[in-house]
Amino acid sequence: MKKALLPFAIAVVLVYSLLPFLWFVLASWKSPAQLTAIPPEIVPAFHWGFYRSALTTYGLPGYIRNSVIVATATTVVSVAIGTLAAYALTRFHFAWLRFYLVVLLCVSMFPQIAVAGPVWRILDALGWLNSYQGIVVAYISFSLPLAIWILATFFKELPYEIEEAALIDGCSRPQALRRVVLPLAAPGIFTAAILVFIYAWNEFFFALIVLTSPALQTLPVGIALFPGEYTMPWGELAAASTIATLPLIALTLFFQRRIIGGLSAGAVKG
Amino acid sequence: MASLAVKNLSKSFGAGRIIDDLSFEVADGEFCVLLGPSGCGKTTLLRVVAGLEEASAGTIAIGGRRVDALAPRDRDVAFVFQTYALYPHLTVAENLAFSLKVRGVARAEVRRRVEGTAKILGLESLLSRKPRELSGGQRQRVAVGRAIIRQPKVFLFDEPLSNLDAALRAEMRLELARLHRRLAATMLYVTHDQAEAMTLADKIVVLDQGRIQQIGAPAEIYHAPANVFVAAFVGSPRMNLVEGSIGAEGIFIGEDCRFDLTGRGAELNRFAEETLTAGIRPEDFRIAERGAAAIDGKIDVVEDMGSDKFVHVNSAGRRWVARIAPEARLKPGDPLRLTAAPDRIHLFFRDRRIG
Amino acid sequence: MKRSERAALWFVLPSVFLVGLFSIYPILESARLSFYRMILMLPWLGEKFVGLENYRDLATDPVALDSLAVTLVFVGVSAALEVLAGLGMALLLNESFRARGLVRAAVLVPWAIPTVVSSQMWRYLFNDRYGLFNFLLFGRATERYLAPLADARLAPAAIVFADVWKTSSFAALIILAGLQTIPDELYEAAAVDGATAWQKFRRVTLPLLKPALLLALLFRTIDAFKVFDLVFVMTQGGPADATNVLQFYGYKKIFAEGMIGYGSAISVGVFCFSLVLSFFYIRLIVARVLEKGTAR
Repeated sequence: MKKALLPFAIAVVLVYSLLPFLWFVLASWKSPAQLTAIPPEIVPAFHWGFYRSALTTYGLPGYIRNSVIVATATTVVSVAIGTLAAYALTRFHFAWLRFYLVVLLCVSMFPQIAVAGPVWRILDALGWLNSYQGIVVAYISFSLPLAIWILATFFKELPYEIEEAALIDGCSRPQALRRVVLPLAAPGIFTAAILVFIYAWNEFFFALIVLTSPALQTLPVGIALFPGEYTMPWGELAAASTIATLPLIALTLFFQRRIIGGLSAGAVKG
Repeated sequence: MASLAVKNLSKSFGAGRIIDDLSFEVADGEFCVLLGPSGCGKTTLLRVVAGLEEASAGTIAIGGRRVDALAPRDRDVAFVFQTYALYPHLTVAENLAFSLKVRGVARAEVRRRVEGTAKILGLESLLSRKPRELSGGQRQRVAVGRAIIRQPKVFLFDEPLSNLDAALRAEMRLELARLHRRLAATMLYVTHDQAEAMTLADKIVVLDQGRIQQIGAPAEIYHAPANVFVAAFVGSPRMNLVEGSIGAEGIFIGEDCRFDLTGRGAELNRFAEETLTAGIRPEDFRIAERGAAAIDGKIDVVEDMGSDKFVHVNSAGRRWVARIAPEARLKPGDPLRLTAAPDRIHLFFRDRRIG
Repeated sequence: MKRSERAALWFVLPSVFLVGLFSIYPILESARLSFYRMILMLPWLGEKFVGLENYRDLATDPVALDSLAVTLVFVGVSAALEVLAGLGMALLLNESFRARGLVRAAVLVPWAIPTVVSSQMWRYLFNDRYGLFNFLLFGRATERYLAPLADARLAPAAIVFADVWKTSSFAALIILAGLQTIPDELYEAAAVDGATAWQKFRRVTLPLLKPALLLALLFRTIDAFKVFDLVFVMTQGGPADATNVLQFYGYKKIFAEGMIGYGSAISVGVFCFSLVLSFFYIRLIVARVLEKGTAR
């Protein structure tokens, strides 16, 4: 019985997972008439007008550029700081470090509204509202728990004896880090980088409140605030969404093993 | 190569004192084994000597030079870990070469030494493999190779054979013995396996609960254990131990046993009224044909190992183990009378050897 | 050991500083601000200390109370549905079949999509004139088409559906990891004992899966409190505050209306909820993380 159900279950899961977004993506290539047709036409007319329009009139390139800058800067700094912190947390066992890990976990669970007002005021006081550095610094802080969590799980897997062997073999601690620990932690660092990048690329709440001018806004803000009150430019929106999402989907599919490993790491693994 | 001198070494973790005021020396080129049960502090001692842990008190000198304030890399020691701790991301050749590259040794020299070391340990065909592709025995040899290639002053081994299966362990034991002869190196070796200690050591340091129980050559440890702990720990099957006291006519009387101590000497008179512990190794028992017997009991279990036969004898609730000739036809339930020569009986008063 | 303690300090300091500045301090500051009345964008108007007035207003404000109800219902329903859907997908992914890699990739796609994009996508799908949702339900009978996002009863359901769609794969991953730790021998032993598939599921799978299910539920509950993008894009809290979750309500108060005093009271309330949840999470996770590991 199970054998017969299997293809059915597979079909259901595939349709459920893929159909909505596929439908949206197809819309980006439909002709304007096809967009609003009833019954809906499945095969698009491969009309590229929406893409052209999205890229020229709706400021998409700017949003993409801002997202790339913000996400990349966040990832690089967050992973660097996180690696140091995770290394210390797993190598030096002191009571206050455990406490810190607990605090990190708690902090990552606050809904954004719990801190939004004061964060806005801090950035305002620094003169960093509506700036790259303001949003990046905020993102770094918010992504650190995630980065440290994933990196700590990977560092835990590295037997300490290998570092001790390096110390005996003649390395100073920084040398041991460089020659032995980092190469072995590289997969973990890479996974953490991917997940932080995805977080920063997708983040909306703080981008919305911090980045107020279109020149600096990231993709999520651009897509959420897509102009149109009575008639939505669905074609352009679908095109913009497709452009915004395809890199992420490619990233996710390419590195799905790492991502799945990173997400479930430490959580359930015995 | 150099000598190693440990003086008054102590190490505590928080409130717990793991090693307590230890002093011993290893001469240049000597193979010294730290032997003891798990938790006795032997690994901690080794790690303190290596510099992986900081001593709480005491000094360590290598080749006459004090090293206890130095980082591991400056002590010129090599460490073979129980889990081998090979660098997973490097090939065997790179693992071997690591310490040389870190010190900036010239590439040609590195290659020469890697090939030389590989030859000594039979690793030539494995040089381009990664550790995960190697068997346990091969990994162990790479770990040893990594130590040899540095030509350190002292070799430190942390139970290197405990992760191998029995057959491989016996083989590697011989290899290590050969290696020691070939290199004439100063080696400090930690193990809980007394067979390893007996066969490899020039000198054994027996440890229990952070304190030295006895230091001596294997024969001395075996034939003249300094206290009950050493007597019981070394020797398999375990030495038979019984409490009792010396009665009239120089007979040791214990629970359902009587051991004739004739000829042992007058020093034992001092302990006439005291409670003593007597120990007899299984191989020192003889079957009593006629006349007085030390033990009169019934055979419980017969263990026939092929080359040796051991009988477990019950006498009034006490158990004894004796080694008998392989040809002897004895079965469980048979009565058996055992005796032992007076000079083969070990005596301990308040946990210390006497006589 | 003084030496290594100092090194550890340097390694951890940057993260401590940033987390302290952007997460710990703002919580305390929110608490402080909740005792004042002030306008965010007009700091020159000053701040007026009002004690517990904000909290009193919050407790009696029907919009706030409705918002709490909406949030709790949303969190409860969506977390439960996500774990159920995740369980289903995880069970499927635990079977071995040729297309498994493809199905796993497909399951990850909703997770990879930015929430904002997903929100716009569902707006398109729920459109009252040409949305796919209506077509699948009613076909060509356009006069019967619904406008889910404009209907106070359907809008919450639409938000829940959109959230479940996007995040059930995360629950699926956690549950799948749990499934994979159940040794095959247990199923074999059960088969030898004569158990049917359903019995195996009930007596072997479910009990051993409980920690993973609990973890997934906890994760999804914590995350459900954070929902904002969906509401902002799809319904703006409406219609008639039917989808006015706490996070959105707080955002409106602080950033649209500038009422940071009152909004901070909301912030503090929301923080307290998440603190309770994180307490359960900590107990579940930290013991496991810190007792394992090979570092000395």
